[in-house]
Amino acid sequence: MAENKRSKLLEVRGLTMDFGGLRAIDSVDLDIFAGEIVALIGPNGAGKTTFFNCVTGIYEPTAGDVLIHPPGGVSRRINGMKPNRITALGMARTFQNIRLFPAMTVLENVMIGRHCRTATTIIDAILRSRRAVREERETVDQSYRLLEKVGLADSADEFARNLAYGAQRRLEIARALATDPFLLLLDEPAAGMNPQETSELDELIVRIRAEEQLAILLIEHDMKLVMNISDRIYVMEYGKEIAQGTPREIKENKKVIEAYLGEEVHA
Amino acid sequence: MDFQYLFELLCGGIVKGSIYALIALGYTMVYGIIQLINFAHGEVYMIGAFVAFIVAGVMTLSGYSGLTVLLLAAVVAVIYSAAYGYTLEKIAYRPLRNAPRLSPLISAIGASIFLMNYVQLAQTPDFLPFPELVPEFEFMAPIERYLSSADLVILIVTTLTMAALTVLIKYTRIGKAMRATQQDLVMARLVGINVDRVISATFIIGSVLAAIAGVLIASRTGQINAAIGFVAGIKAFTAAVLGGIGNVPGAVLGGLVLGIAETLGAGYISSAYEDVFAFALLVLILILRPAGLLGKAVKQKV
Amino acid sequence: MAHLKRSFGIGLWFMFLTLPLVVVRVNTLSQEVQWRWSNLLWVGVGAFAIAWFWQFSINRRAAGRASTVADKPSLAQRLADDPVLSRRVLLGAAAVAIVFPWLVSTGQNFYHVNVMVSALIFVVLGLGLNITVGLAGLLDLGYIAFFAVGAYTYALLSKNFDLGFWTCLPLGGLMGMLFGVILGFPILRLRGDYLAIVTLGFGAITKIVLENWDTLFGGAAGLANIPRPELFGLLLDGRQKSVYSYYIVLALVALTIFVTNRLKNSRIGHAWMALREDEIASVAMGVDMARTKLSAYALGAFWAGLVGVVFAAHNNFINPDSFTFMDSAMVLAMVVLGGMGSILGVIIAALALKLLPEYLRAFAEYRMLVFGAVMVLMMIFRPQGLISDTRRKYDYDGADGANGEGDHGGK
Repeated sequence: MAENKRSKLLEVRGLTMDFGGLRAIDSVDLDIFAGEIVALIGPNGAGKTTFFNCVTGIYEPTAGDVLIHPPGGVSRRINGMKPNRITALGMARTFQNIRLFPAMTVLENVMIGRHCRTATTIIDAILRSRRAVREERETVDQSYRLLEKVGLADSADEFARNLAYGAQRRLEIARALATDPFLLLLDEPAAGMNPQETSELDELIVRIRAEEQLAILLIEHDMKLVMNISDRIYVMEYGKEIAQGTPREIKENKKVIEAYLGEEVHA
Repeated sequence: MDFQYLFELLCGGIVKGSIYALIALGYTMVYGIIQLINFAHGEVYMIGAFVAFIVAGVMTLSGYSGLTVLLLAAVVAVIYSAAYGYTLEKIAYRPLRNAPRLSPLISAIGASIFLMNYVQLAQTPDFLPFPELVPEFEFMAPIERYLSSADLVILIVTTLTMAALTVLIKYTRIGKAMRATQQDLVMARLVGINVDRVISATFIIGSVLAAIAGVLIASRTGQINAAIGFVAGIKAFTAAVLGGIGNVPGAVLGGLVLGIAETLGAGYISSAYEDVFAFALLVLILILRPAGLLGKAVKQKV
Repeated sequence: MAHLKRSFGIGLWFMFLTLPLVVVRVNTLSQEVQWRWSNLLWVGVGAFAIAWFWQFSINRRAAGRASTVADKPSLAQRLADDPVLSRRVLLGAAAVAIVFPWLVSTGQNFYHVNVMVSALIFVVLGLGLNITVGLAGLLDLGYIAFFAVGAYTYALLSKNFDLGFWTCLPLGGLMGMLFGVILGFPILRLRGDYLAIVTLGFGAITKIVLENWDTLFGGAAGLANIPRPELFGLLLDGRQKSVYSYYIVLALVALTIFVTNRLKNSRIGHAWMALREDEIASVAMGVDMARTKLSAYALGAFWAGLVGVVFAAHNNFINPDSFTFMDSAMVLAMVVLGGMGSILGVIIAALALKLLPEYLRAFAEYRMLVFGAVMVLMMIFRPQGLISDTRRKYDYDGADGANGEGDHGGK
């Protein structure tokens, strides 16, 4: 992995997003290298989630470039690509306001993540062809393995809506991991969690990076979590990027402190 | 090119369109606040027309006639439509406020089917003639080819109604509360607006407009039937979408555009396919410009 | 006591509401006015009783929500979990279905067989729409149009090109599918409620075109003398023809169940359900929305087209009146009543909604009234339907997985 360490995975240049007359993101640059955990922080309404939506194809940015360099793959500009194509290219996300499939089982939720990595057609499914059976077997096994990883294997057959809040967040992570991403984007994974759950999440994120060999970009308000696990931090305010650096640099950055002064700093 | 014919069609289209606009307002206002296609709105319109028909029928058979009867029938119709609209919301929609999006829509379809069949069973499935209540105004004689007396009444009443609605929305307490709720329902509740009451009021206002439209159209076409609500409802919805759903001036514009397009299509191409033009317009607008003529494209929140 | 008072008030309110419509009947043609005051009493009593029960149910529903009872295993779930039992029930049902025509028909009287054929046709329609609405969550209010496509395809092909039933059967399905793709392609990116209205518009347009294009579709009179299904050139009498139709449509039902069941638990079925649950999350997880929706829409249309051919052949005659919005609504009611996505539920609901009005003549008149009310009540009190959809359980022990083919089906 060593030579890979500094290879760039995601490169965002001058990303800008307007809603009507409102500029939600104003030429933001961001890079993510292999194996990194990068945090994107900033006060509420700074444009962090919009940034995610632009990068993952939910919105088409007004200007700027989003470039990806998948390890061992072809570099591409992905602006305006459909979200499902971007996911297929290797970027997966979770949502700030949990978006599971409530009337499907926990296992099925994760299996959906495998959708873009499998190819069973309608005809295959009707005839239960060899490919359908084999892919189903693999999908179930891999999904189950991911559930074990996030500690939800025991609830595999329950409906997703019946899970506790923290468990739903972990299920979202498992579902995103099922798409085999090289970059995982987590939108406030610790929101609504108690300190105990947060510290478990802390471990989980670090473990995922190590075991799945991927990079992680996360939006988070919980500063303790951010400072603990991030290699680098980007700070946004009013749609602009106001600082970036290591956790230590960010802690001492005047602009950042100012930006947070009015805002309650979640400790 | 026969300009007289064209002008005749245009006038007919405007009259028809103003009726669509009145019904469309009900759709658009409800949609603006709770994002629900009130599928049964056409039925409320039909019930308004039917109640007016019953009142007018009883009165004419007892020997009264003229504009006073029409007015009385309209008042009773308005009261009843409002009551039905209010009850409809309470029973079929309120319990589903937080349900998945398709649930209230299916409930609305069910309510629509129920109301249509209720009137059919309680009254009759046949077409019945609506009493002629609008007298022939003499001063209309020279332009009667373009605009009949009934048409004139329609234009006057719809204009007045829309003016009243504008005043209501702009200047009254409930109108302000409605606008606030439309912008942000949760926020409106937080600042102390009784959202349930606003929603009820919206249904009542929409139903009143629909009842007025029902009485006007019934007295113009001179016949009535329990199924008129269905097609009128879809067309009015088309008008609302055309103008940009949730947008009040849009509904009026959409109604007029739809009325004119339909009459022109029927006049120049084929009257048998009149309804097809409306539906085709609906499909086209939804595909090409789902935000409507006056609507703004809204980004879905993620 | 408060309940009682409220119910009383509601009773009075409904008496007021229904006053003009159920009491007065004016006939402006014959110049008659009828006053039916007794009706008002019934409304008052009925509304009082219903209001009483309604408040009770709403409270119970609220209580049920609050305590979030773990989903109790339904009868269907228990059946599905027990392969031996479910197999027995299935075999029993199949046996009854197969001997049915011989039980109820005699040489001259085959009325019951004909009734059952119409009911089974609607079972196939219900199962087809179940794919579109129940599994993929695409509310289609013009579904019956695809049924019309199949029916007219057969009528026209047999009339103009002398093609037989068995040739036309797959062609009807394919035509339905083709129409589904052509219509679905532009509209499927619309939001759910807009989609419903557009499909409603398509349904209405189809009927208007059928009514007015006399030269091709026979106009309002429709097309007659459509040949019955042929059986190796054998001449069948009336009863035999009905029994033959019965078996054909029964086979179609079996095929639909088989295919839906396979698809439901497949990669594509999961993608449909995911889209139904949350579109944005689905696309973010890599599901191709346009393609997945289109497949659900087209597949639903396929079954309607297929069974439309059977309908035309069985009736000998078709006209636009069989393809109204009310028919679309009825199929939708079957899916809603049965339980979105639930195969067993939809079958039971379709049979109930078709057979009850047929055998309870008193009920027939009130049929659509009841359907409408049922749709509202189901959404409020039991949105999952009479028989809620069961989820398959997978075994995931890697070691067991080696003999993959085994019985994961849980059919």
